[in-house]
Order: sequence, then C-alpha cells, then structure tokens
Amino acid sequence: MKAAVIVFPGSNCDRDCKVAIERSTGAAVDMVWHGDTALPAGIDLIVLPGGFSYGDYLRCGAMAALSPIMAEVKAAAERGVATVGICNGFQVLCEAGLLPGALLRNEKLKYVCKPVELEVTNSQTRFTAGYQGRRLATMTVGNGEGNFFADDATLDRLEGEGQVVFRYRDNPNGSARDIAGIINAKGNVLGMMPHPDRAFEAELGSADGAILFQSALASA
Amino acid sequence: MSAAPAKTMAEKAAEYGLKPDEYELIVKRLNREPNDVELGVFSVMWSEHCSYKSSRKHLGKFPTKGPKVICGPGENAGVIDIGDGQACIFKMESHNHPSYIEPYQGAATGVGGIMRDVFTMGARPVALLNALRFGDPSHPKTKRLVSGVVAGIGGYGNCVGVPTVAGETNFHRGYDGNILVNAMCVGLADADKIFYSAAPAAGLTVVYFGSKTGRDGIHGATMASAEFSEDAEEKRPTVQVGDPFAEKLLIEATLELMASGAVAAIQDMGAAGLTSSSVEMAGKGGVGIELDLDAVPQREEGMTAYEMMLSESQERMLAILKPGRERDGHAIFEKWGLDAAIIGVTTDTGHLVLRHKGETVADVPLAPLFDDAPLYDRPWVAPKAQPRLTAADVAAPTDWKAAILKLMSCPDMASKRWLWEQYDRHVMADTLEDSATGADAGIVRVHGTRKALAVTSDVTPRYVQNDPYEGGKQAVAEAWRNLTAVGAEPIAITDNLNFGNPERPEIMGQIVRAIEGMAEACAALDFPVVSGNVSLYNETNGAAIPPTPTVGGVGLIADYAKRADFSNLKPGETLVLIGATEGELGASMYLREVLGREDGAPPPVDLALERKTGDLVRSLIDSGITRTVHDLSDGGLVAAAVEMALASGVGVALGVQGGLADHALFFGEDQARYLIAVPSDELDTIDAKAAEAGVDYLVVGEAGGDEVSLVGQDGPLAAIQLDELRAAHEGWMPAFMGEPA
Repeated sequence: MKAAVIVFPGSNCDRDCKVAIERSTGAAVDMVWHGDTALPAGIDLIVLPGGFSYGDYLRCGAMAALSPIMAEVKAAAERGVATVGICNGFQVLCEAGLLPGALLRNEKLKYVCKPVELEVTNSQTRFTAGYQGRRLATMTVGNGEGNFFADDATLDRLEGEGQVVFRYRDNPNGSARDIAGIINAKGNVLGMMPHPDRAFEAELGSADGAILFQSALASA
Repeated sequence: MSAAPAKTMAEKAAEYGLKPDEYELIVKRLNREPNDVELGVFSVMWSEHCSYKSSRKHLGKFPTKGPKVICGPGENAGVIDIGDGQACIFKMESHNHPSYIEPYQGAATGVGGIMRDVFTMGARPVALLNALRFGDPSHPKTKRLVSGVVAGIGGYGNCVGVPTVAGETNFHRGYDGNILVNAMCVGLADADKIFYSAAPAAGLTVVYFGSKTGRDGIHGATMASAEFSEDAEEKRPTVQVGDPFAEKLLIEATLELMASGAVAAIQDMGAAGLTSSSVEMAGKGGVGIELDLDAVPQREEGMTAYEMMLSESQERMLAILKPGRERDGHAIFEKWGLDAAIIGVTTDTGHLVLRHKGETVADVPLAPLFDDAPLYDRPWVAPKAQPRLTAADVAAPTDWKAAILKLMSCPDMASKRWLWEQYDRHVMADTLEDSATGADAGIVRVHGTRKALAVTSDVTPRYVQNDPYEGGKQAVAEAWRNLTAVGAEPIAITDNLNFGNPERPEIMGQIVRAIEGMAEACAALDFPVVSGNVSLYNETNGAAIPPTPTVGGVGLIADYAKRADFSNLKPGETLVLIGATEGELGASMYLREVLGREDGAPPPVDLALERKTGDLVRSLIDSGITRTVHDLSDGGLVAAAVEMALASGVGVALGVQGGLADHALFFGEDQARYLIAVPSDELDTIDAKAAEAGVDYLVVGEAGGDEVSLVGQDGPLAAIQLDELRAAHEGWMPAFMGEPA
C-alpha cells in the first residue's frame, strides 16, 4: 500500500496528512512536489492536503489546479486511483473539474475552526465502507471558504446518486444542503471540508478520520 | 509663495524622533554631522523600540539563567532545553501602535514578525498565542478594532499553518486610545542546531532573501516609540502590509537553507528592517559590514538609500553564508519562488558602509549604533499604595444570582468563542488543549514524542495599576500557576512590557516596580526570563494605558497522558480548593463588575506558598489522583467552579462552612489556589499529601445535577441552571459584535 500527498506552495496540512495516513494505515507515504510531472509508481491513494495554496490570493485552489502535477493527478483519477481532497484540496479538485460545484466564502464571512459532527450519508463508498453501522463521525473544520455551492440540478443529482458522503449536523459555513463531502460519479474521487487528517487518534479529540484512510487503502 | 528653507540636520533629527542631546551625541561620535541616510540609521537604532534606552537599566534585574536556559535575552528569541536533544524557542512581541492605526495589517504583521524571530533561530513554529487589550466596549472604535485585529491574527496564522492555541482578551477604557496586541510564537528545534545572528568573521557573503523591499513601514520603529495624538490615523503609511503566503515559503526555505549547512549567521528583518539586521549581525560579531544597495531586490522604482534602509517591508531575511557555500541557497530560493541576492560582505573595518549608485551614501562606526546607544536612568516616583480591603469594606451582593450572571457575562469574563473560532487551532495535528477545550494552558505535542509543551499568556492589569510591584509578581505567578494546573513543569517566560511614557516619573515608577516584582517572582519560582520586548509610549493625548507587563510562560509535560484540564468533571466527584483563602477583594473582578469600584490593594502573592502549593498540585496530577484542575483567578472560587461546570456539562453544588464572609469566600481572589475534583475516596490521600506539603485545603462542594448552587453561612445564596449560565457566558461577545450567538 502506498499513498502520495501532493505539496503545493502554501499547503500546510501536507505533513498532517502524511502522519495521519501512516499512523492509521501503516502505508508508506511519498510527498510529491507540485512542480513534478510524474507520480511515483504504484500509488494507491492520492491526497490533496489543506492549506492556502498560492496564498488563496486568487480563488481558493484555482492556481494549484493548474500546477504541473495536476495533469498526472487527473490522469490517475481517470484510471480509477482513489483521490481525496481535504479542505483546500477539495477546492483544488473543484477548480480542476474533478468534482462538481464550488466552495464559496462562509455564510458569516469569517474563518471558522470548530469540531463538527458529520452524518455519514453513504457508507457504500470506497472511502466510507469502514463507517458501516455507525452513522456519525466527529472531525474539525478550519476554513474561510467552505460553503459548498452547486446549482439545484447538480445538488439533486449528487443526492440522488448517493454522491453526498458527509453532511453537517450543524452547518458551520452555510453549505448547500449541509453538504460536507462529495464523491464523483465513478466513486473514486472524494472532496471534503472537514479534516480527517486532524482526527486520527483519540488524543486529538477524535479518531474517526482514521477510518477514512483505512477504508481508502483497504479498497485499493 | 517662496520655497521653505532647507531643513538643518538637527531639525531633521527632531523629525526622526531624536532628542537634541541625542543628536549632539551622534555628531560627537562621528566627529561630523551625519548625512540624511546616516541620521535615519541612527534614529531607528536609537529609538526606544530598538535600543531599550529607558528600560535597559532595569531589565538587568530579571533572572535570565538556569539549568534549562540555552539562550537568554539578546537574541531573536529565547531558547530552553526540553530534553532528548530538543529545544523550545519562543518570544512575545507587541504590535500595539500599528494595530491601532490599521488593525488588520497591524495584527497580521505582529504575528508574522514574531514567527520570524522564532524560525530565524532554526525552530519550526508550533504554537501561537495572543494577548489582546481593547478599549471599553462602548467606545466607538472598539468593535472595529476587535474585528480587524482578530481577522488579522487569523488571516496570517491560519494561512502560514501554525495553530493559535491560547490567549487572553481584556476590555478597559484605559485602552481606548491605545490597544495592545501582543503576539507570542513557540517553536521546536534540535538543541544542537540553533542559529544565531552574530557574524562570525570578516569576508563572508551577505545574502538577502524573501520578499522585495518596498516603501512600506518606513520609520515604523520610530512611530512605535512615540505617543499618539488625534492624528494617529495619519501614520497609516508607517504600517507594514503582511503576506502570510510569502512567510510560509520563507519558513520552508529558511529551514531548508539551515539544513543544507550553508548558514553561518542569520537574522530576520523586523523593526528597522535592513538597518537593524545588518547592524546587529555585524555589531554582535565585532566585524564591519558593507552593503551594495543597488543589489537589494526592490518592489518599487527609484527607491533611495534612505528608504531601503528604513523600510519595514515584511517577510525578509538576511543571512551570512559560510565560505564557499554562496551558491547553495540558489536552488532552495528558486524552488520556493523567493527573491534573493548577494547584497554585501562582512569586513574588518568595524563600520557600516552603504553604497548606492556608485557612491558611498553612509559610512559610520558600528559601535555607537550597536552598543553605545543612549542609556537613560529616568527619574521615577514610587506608585501610591492602595489600602487593603477587608470584607467589611466591600458590600455583599443583594442578589447573588444576578451578581454571578453579571460576573460571568462581563466583557473580561465572557467566553471569547467569537474570536478564537476564527483561529485555526488544530493545524499540525498536535494540539491537545486549546482555547476551546477548557484548560488553563494551551498544550501541543512535541511532534512524534510523548512530550508536550504547555503555553500560557497572563497579566492582570488592574492589579498592576493598583500596585505595580505585587501586580508584576502576580503576572509571573499566574503564568506559573496556569502551567502547573495542566500538569506541566514551568520552565521559563518571555515578557512583553507595555507601559506609557517613561519620561513621566509616575509611569517610570510603574515600570521599575513592575519589573522588580516580576524579577522577584521569577527568582522565587525558578522561572527565568529568556526573551522579551518593551513597548513604551502607549499614550494618547497624555493618557497612559494601564500598566500591562504581559508574561508568556512555557512548560513541559513529560508524558501528555498525565495532563489535567477542567472539562472532565464527573457527577459525584468532590471539589477541593487547594490553598489558603483570606478573602482578598481589593481590585477584584467582583468589585469592578458588580460594585463598579476599581480600588484596593490587589491580592498579595506569597511566592514560597505559591511554589509549595503548585508543587503539590503537580504531584497530584502526576500521580493520577486528579486530572481535573482549574486555577483560581479572576472572579475567585465562583468563577472557577462555573467555568469547570460549563466546560464539563456537569453541575456543581458549592457550600463552605468557615469563618469568612460569604462574598469574600466566593469572590475573593487570593493567589496560589486551585480547584480540583477527586473521587470522594481520595480525600484521605489529599489530606495526607496536603499536610505533608504544608498546604491548606478546603472541601468546597460536589459535582452533579444541572445547576450551579451556592450555600453560605446562613443558607442557600443562589442556584442557576447551567443553560442560563451558558447563555450569559457565551452570549456577550456575539451580541457585542452584532451577531446571533
């Protein structure tokens, strides 16, 4: 089992993702610089970490979506490699066209950092299989632009096809239909605003995030 | 209209903030008049901010050494030994004046600046704290300042990716015209890989890297060394603009450059920018330095030598590289997309020489700039003592429930959730306790180990106002106590001394006595000062701030499983107050918030008692007898019990039989006290251990139910539902900021 964490200039959860994956799955993790033009061979999981890629000075994730490595990430995702974007990584996936919708400024126009309770609305995915039997998961959010938006037709389709994977119990940022995380139609690309990479052992307040990494790599 | 006559150098000196006799001294040291660039360099190096000319004499009273001190004051930050070859590097610094003028950028660059002080020494920043003082909530500027400062702190720290884990926020009309923004950064490094600023030899290459130099922040250090009048906003151009993305890149590039082995000495460009960094590096190393200003990466065209030397553009570093390693940085700077240039060389002349456009624009000896700055022994008068108050001098509440609700919802005591939810407290995935979790200190793990750092920021300005000496002692003791309360071994402090105009003897008296009190507490508690910052002239139109010597404390927890907080109170547990209670109500929160009085001597701090009480509590935590601990401070026993109950979601019944008046017992702010919770079968152990330690204790109540109730000498005093307390405690700040809770 092998995972890759992509490092953009301004990523700041890259180490957190590496440690979270190592601690929860024992998998080896390669750090891949955004300027690289190839992914290491034999990657089972790609993670786009949180942070402020390029300072988020343009739209969040817009610059990172054009980084050289993203062509490889897209190709791998199309081949079916499990790909997760967390927080800023979710924004990058939307900007790169790998997931529908966009992340807008939070409803209250402020950054918000707090633990949130999530409903696992689909535990049939390769990322959430491990949550079976338990409907709730606790993780923290930390974002200024985590307000998920898509047109109603897209939202209807996401809900209808089981692509809404996590929902907030108490919406912290105004996300449409309380959506916290979605997957693509093929089921191998996940984007989420809450941080499983900050919830991988009990000392951190929750170990619920570890299940996500375990599921993603177990399915590989 | 005729043109204004050209200004003389002496007139310019006054404009740059130098006194006439200081200008005379410059002329004497140079044996000639300085030119404009040289005068600019002198004026910032001799500013209060850079030279500590009013406080230096007294700062020497602080104990700065100890078995765990690796590097004390004088470097960019203090360094302590945390065992296993690891070191913790930390410092606190003010950004008061800029934050008042331009709150977002002022606060943001305060955070950026203090982080640079820490990673400049080789540490990766792992925790941020902030100590904020705003004016009265009803002052027309307060809300805008709170909103801007908080957004600025979050905007910078969140982006760089360092968790903001603790802090304190006060409101008082004394800060109406001068808010305080004190930011602290804590970092981790290998003890054998600490980097210093002294240039080790002549003939070495000087490299500039980071952001380009622009015209922002020119004379920021001078501005920070003067009083304000109504035209403070006109000084906005002296405030710098922060770029946290650049800072993040700068951290990674700096740490990579250090790891490459190329760095001989390094210093960030903070206050007074290129001037102070080059002067300090060469001055400390006892060498000279020559800079080619044409090589400095510039953001704007046509910058003068004066502007480049005085600019406080952010996110810039100056490094001196080892011989033959000059090109090493190239790949690193390119990878991280940073500007970089070789801008000079160290020399054996002992002079600062600046060249620009083919001319020598400055050539001055470093000695007078660096270690021969003016030193003042300013006259001071002893502060007027306030009478000690007894319970009879202070009215008891007529309505206990109303008094408690008022206390818990007053601006200083109310929950600051509104602000700390805007700070990323969890990035780096090592945060164990933060502002949200109900603990007396923030706690972050030492990455990859069982160890953890406990961090806190403390001062009680109303105590320092009424008695600078006792208040100074209390600030240090409270930091020590907060670290103890989470189970940490307190190691050392950084201080941030915020006062008014030192040229006024009564203000100088506050400075001198507060320092003496702090120094005594540091010595008695083996809690040395390893770094610090002085911010004077916090006055507007002649009104000084309350004296505010902020203390940032750092402690070590050997095994983070053995830590305490106050959010795990369980029904049926017994509440024990460790320490002695006499009922000190002078300068108390109860006195101010419920009775509207700010008089009286603050509670005295018995340092020997403080130490043995704290040592007892730490041993109770370590041995697992209790893991639920809260120190007693603002609002006394009632406030501690309410905070514990709210954080745990469990009610508390307090009832004490003793000789004290009820209000003195419940609201008194006697020092060296902790509220702990234990299973009732541990009471015998507590009794034995307290007797052995020679510390008083009192069983004060029991946990359970869903209300906080108080029973006094003559029966029940109040019973308040947790929901009602929570609504009051959580409701004030969102309501003040104009948002639904």
